[in-house]
Amino acid sequence: MRPFNFEKVNSGAEASAAKSQNKQFVAGGTNLVDLMKKNITQPDILIDVTKALSNTIEHQNKGVTIGAMASNTKVATDKKILKDFPLLAKAILAGASPQIRNMASSAGNLLQRTRCPYFYDVTMPCNKRKPNSGCSAIEGENRMSAVAGYNNQCVAVHPSDFCVGLSALDATVTAVTKEKTEIKIPFSDFHKLPENTPWLDNNLPQDAVITNIEIPGNAFSKHSAYVKIRDRTSYAFALVSVAAAIDLDGINIKDVRLSSGGVAHKPWRWYKAEEFLRGKQATEAVFEEAAKLAVRDLKPLSDNAYKIPMLQGAIVTALKNCISQ
Amino acid sequence: MALNGQYNRRGFLKVSGLLAAFAAIPTSVKAFYQDVKQYLVPKKNVSRLTLSVNKKSHTLYVDTRSTLLDLLREQLNLTGSKKGCDHGQCGACTIHIDGERALSCLTLAAMAQEKEITTIEGLAKGNELHPMQKAFVECDGFQCGYCTPGQIMSAVACVKEGHAGSVEEIKEYMSGNLCRCGAYNGIVQSIQKVAAQ
Repeated sequence: MRPFNFEKVNSGAEASAAKSQNKQFVAGGTNLVDLMKKNITQPDILIDVTKALSNTIEHQNKGVTIGAMASNTKVATDKKILKDFPLLAKAILAGASPQIRNMASSAGNLLQRTRCPYFYDVTMPCNKRKPNSGCSAIEGENRMSAVAGYNNQCVAVHPSDFCVGLSALDATVTAVTKEKTEIKIPFSDFHKLPENTPWLDNNLPQDAVITNIEIPGNAFSKHSAYVKIRDRTSYAFALVSVAAAIDLDGINIKDVRLSSGGVAHKPWRWYKAEEFLRGKQATEAVFEEAAKLAVRDLKPLSDNAYKIPMLQGAIVTALKNCISQ
Repeated sequence: MALNGQYNRRGFLKVSGLLAAFAAIPTSVKAFYQDVKQYLVPKKNVSRLTLSVNKKSHTLYVDTRSTLLDLLREQLNLTGSKKGCDHGQCGACTIHIDGERALSCLTLAAMAQEKEITTIEGLAKGNELHPMQKAFVECDGFQCGYCTPGQIMSAVACVKEGHAGSVEEIKEYMSGNLCRCGAYNGIVQSIQKVAAQ
């Protein structure tokens, strides 16, 4: 690990004022410390934001505001979140280990880097780690890589489960910039696709620091499910995952949300399938149609065609799990 | 040089020749190299930390890069916490920070100040083992023992959190601790035993 200076800040504004190119924020450290050990990230100065940002979970007007520093465990065990937004708890508990969930912050979860094997192998080209060095995964080991939204510069997927839940529930990310102005980014615009800048994972301005995550009230609390398929039963990143939430009116689907992990560079919403499901009856045949529609345009790489039938099945299972509650 | 593990004359001459050549480099050149190195390699930063470990306060000078695991093992000689993977994948370094289980290999020592740290050494009361330590002995919760301190710290937290309701729940909530010997059945039994007490 390269030597660095260690600083502490006491407020979000102070944190964003302190931010510059060679400085990095650290909260839980569960991803960053590892990246520093592997010389993938080499900040000159590390800024500890654990005392600067809120770790509270506040419920108001049926919605919830999660402080940037609230640990993953705290969110997943919050009684009102379990009641009003159970999908979030299910998604979080499907990820990492109890130790890591205790340490990891909510904002840090959003900002974690991909687990693409080439991102971690400093001897191989990777556009995400070293801009314009090339993508090794596109014709290499890509069984865990994307099946949608990728280009010839990057095929990495976003590793978070929590973010899949947040994208399904239309969250908003609040951040504060150097000028102390508050900015709000809808979750669907927070993470980005590789485009021509695969080294950037999201649209958060360089000088901004996330202060909290807001989720509006919804009618999905009774019918939601998170299905995650991985190489082992627990403590592994998703091959594919599906967050599903239905607002059910008798047998009719009033509204629905479908989002996936392990599919793209960002949590992947299945807008077409959602559109198809709205107003239809919640039957297995309808779910199967929706899943078929969702996976229709996916383009697998050399080693991950298995993800397509797997996703199709996971979408049907997630929707069925929603209504079997 | 050492072909098939055998030493030979040519190898001996090469090595001794190189050593002689290195010794012949004037010290001024070596000093110049040190000066250049200072500009090329960033200097390490040492800071003064106060940490509370097993209810005892320690004040130390620590490289900012030091993880809590390295500090515990190298500076406080608390070698119970093990370095397995050093990347947060195996759980052998599990300790408690403010009563919650955490990975000491991914915790920077500088960030562990003002927190109560408990390691496996802090579980027993004198010669009286912690109930979980006793249960691991009685239920054969280990074979080689390398992952055991981490398993026990995690197991204590697992019971305290109320996640020892069933075998499935225990397995899920112990999934952050790997055991290469495969002593999992004994580990689950140990946890069930303590949870039932």
